[in-house]
Amino acid sequence: MTANRVDLTEAARALLRKLSDQHGPLMFHQSGGCCDGSAPMCYPAGEFRTGNSDVHLGDLTVAGVPDPIAVWMSAAQFEYWKHTHLTIDVVSGRGSGFSLEAPEGVRFLIRSRLLTDEELEHLT
Amino acid sequence: MTTYAAPGEAGSVVAFESRYDHFIGGEYVAPAKGQYFENPTPVTGKVFTEIARGTAEDVDRAVAAATGAAAAWGRTAPAERAAVLNKIADAMEANLEKLAVAESWENGKPVRETLAADIPLAIDHFRYFAGAIRAQEGGISQIDADTVAYHFHEPLGVVGQIIPWNFPILMATWKLAPALAAGNAVVLKPAEQTPASIHVLLSVIADLIPAGVVNVVNGFGVEAGKPLAQHPGIRKVAFTGETTTGRLIMQYASENIIPVTLELGGKSPNIFFADVASANDAFYNKAQEGFAMFALNQGEVCTCPSRALVQSAIYDQFMGDAVKRVGKIKQGNPLDTDTMIGAQASNDQFEKILSYIDIGKQEGAKVLAGGEKAELGGDLAGGFYIQPTVFEGDNKMRIFQEEIFGPVVSVTRFDDYDDAIKTANDTLYGLGAGVWSRDGNTAFRAGRDIQAGRVWTNCYHAYPAHAAFGGYKQSGIGRENHKMMLDHYQQTKNLLVSYSPDAQGFF
Repeated sequence: MTANRVDLTEAARALLRKLSDQHGPLMFHQSGGCCDGSAPMCYPAGEFRTGNSDVHLGDLTVAGVPDPIAVWMSAAQFEYWKHTHLTIDVVSGRGSGFSLEAPEGVRFLIRSRLLTDEELEHLT
Repeated sequence: MTTYAAPGEAGSVVAFESRYDHFIGGEYVAPAKGQYFENPTPVTGKVFTEIARGTAEDVDRAVAAATGAAAAWGRTAPAERAAVLNKIADAMEANLEKLAVAESWENGKPVRETLAADIPLAIDHFRYFAGAIRAQEGGISQIDADTVAYHFHEPLGVVGQIIPWNFPILMATWKLAPALAAGNAVVLKPAEQTPASIHVLLSVIADLIPAGVVNVVNGFGVEAGKPLAQHPGIRKVAFTGETTTGRLIMQYASENIIPVTLELGGKSPNIFFADVASANDAFYNKAQEGFAMFALNQGEVCTCPSRALVQSAIYDQFMGDAVKRVGKIKQGNPLDTDTMIGAQASNDQFEKILSYIDIGKQEGAKVLAGGEKAELGGDLAGGFYIQPTVFEGDNKMRIFQEEIFGPVVSVTRFDDYDDAIKTANDTLYGLGAGVWSRDGNTAFRAGRDIQAGRVWTNCYHAYPAHAAFGGYKQSGIGRENHKMMLDHYQQTKNLLVSYSPDAQGFF
């Protein structure tokens, strides 16, 4: 089997196609903390500087988007998240820090499920 | 009981304008690109005004206005600035109900809280910094018999402030009052979820402030917040929000070599030692209320006591009473003064909280109360309401580690003191904490051992202006409140003065 840590809903794919047309290559960084945190932030690729304190969760491939979209999270936060699979979805809403989708009146959201034992075996 | 008329209805104490532009240089100016966005109230989900959608051009204009005003404002006597802050406080006090209802309609929080906490605290905050700036002193160091080092506090100049949506007026005040007292000019961006109530505040206080000293640019983070944080004309950025944006703001600040203060949230433990239940008295009742404080402001507080740690010896009794107490929390129309919990601030926040309740259930946490959205009928049917929710589980679960920013508390038990402190500190954050004990020694030790900037001891969710507030660990950098906050809006000028007529002897 192939296993991954992060995936997209169809609505998220459609939004990423739109954002990619407007802004070029994209990336995600999952935010912790208050207010608009505990949500994935979408930036132009390279806008947010990742480093040794981050974990690369995977690259999302979206039909119609030329470059894969890297998904990152802080390593400390990943320790508490690593047993769960993440699906990036979109809901209507407003406000998301400096994330690119906010002016569209929508917002990326994480939906989570527990990884199965089989998936965990493939991922570790 | 009083139910305030909704804004827009006959008899309402507040009337919002149908549109708000940017407030720049002492007047309202339309956005450069001419675009606006709709602002709904979370109480009903319906749009009640539209807001200028700011861009980099608007931020440039605001920074230019602030730059023009900063020098003169920075030179005013502290007594003059203090007088302005006191007048702001007086005007707010005279319009307390208007501001409280506006804030409730904007954010969804119960008017019971805005009348008793948000607005009175904001008023007191202006008065506190009016007093603090007049009492502030510089320093004099005698270097030797003829040489003196004078240390003056000078303002930074123009500062950028990005305000969160959970307490739109109070959080703006936390940033504005010390910045203005210290002699800075401000460019402030309200949250795009709650951009309107600050303009109701401005309608009350704008005439009291010299033109250009306070500028408000509305808009989205990526379109208005980012150009503000990156602007070479600002000398400091203050931000309250989430960790990823906080890191990005530090990154932008590094481009201009300017300081930041960041308040980035928490996962605050609320620890109940066994002796709280040694009598069924006023103190036990207070501790029970302390548990229920997770529902204050719908849990949309950076210091929400979202992890309750209860000692095993009293766990069953204490939690039995606590769940009953939570059951008495009255949810309903935020404009009803009996309502204790209102609406979540936005649809996406509502969806995020439900997604966390979902993962909590999947991870095996037991729902002791709530666990669902709240279905309120009538006009409120379109609003964003969630039942106060109590989970029982383990500190390693995601609902114990991530800031849900909703009315959700995750409860676990501990056996002894060391166990309590270990669990309390097993978190990425360190903003707030609560300690409840009748034993002063236990309470003191716990307060010192918990890695958090604010440890409420036998109380919770009190925010006096004269107590420092801010985070350890990933909860941020710097402090707010207290006169020490002036230091975050000032720089030090040292005059090193020789009173000797003699050459120094090198050349």
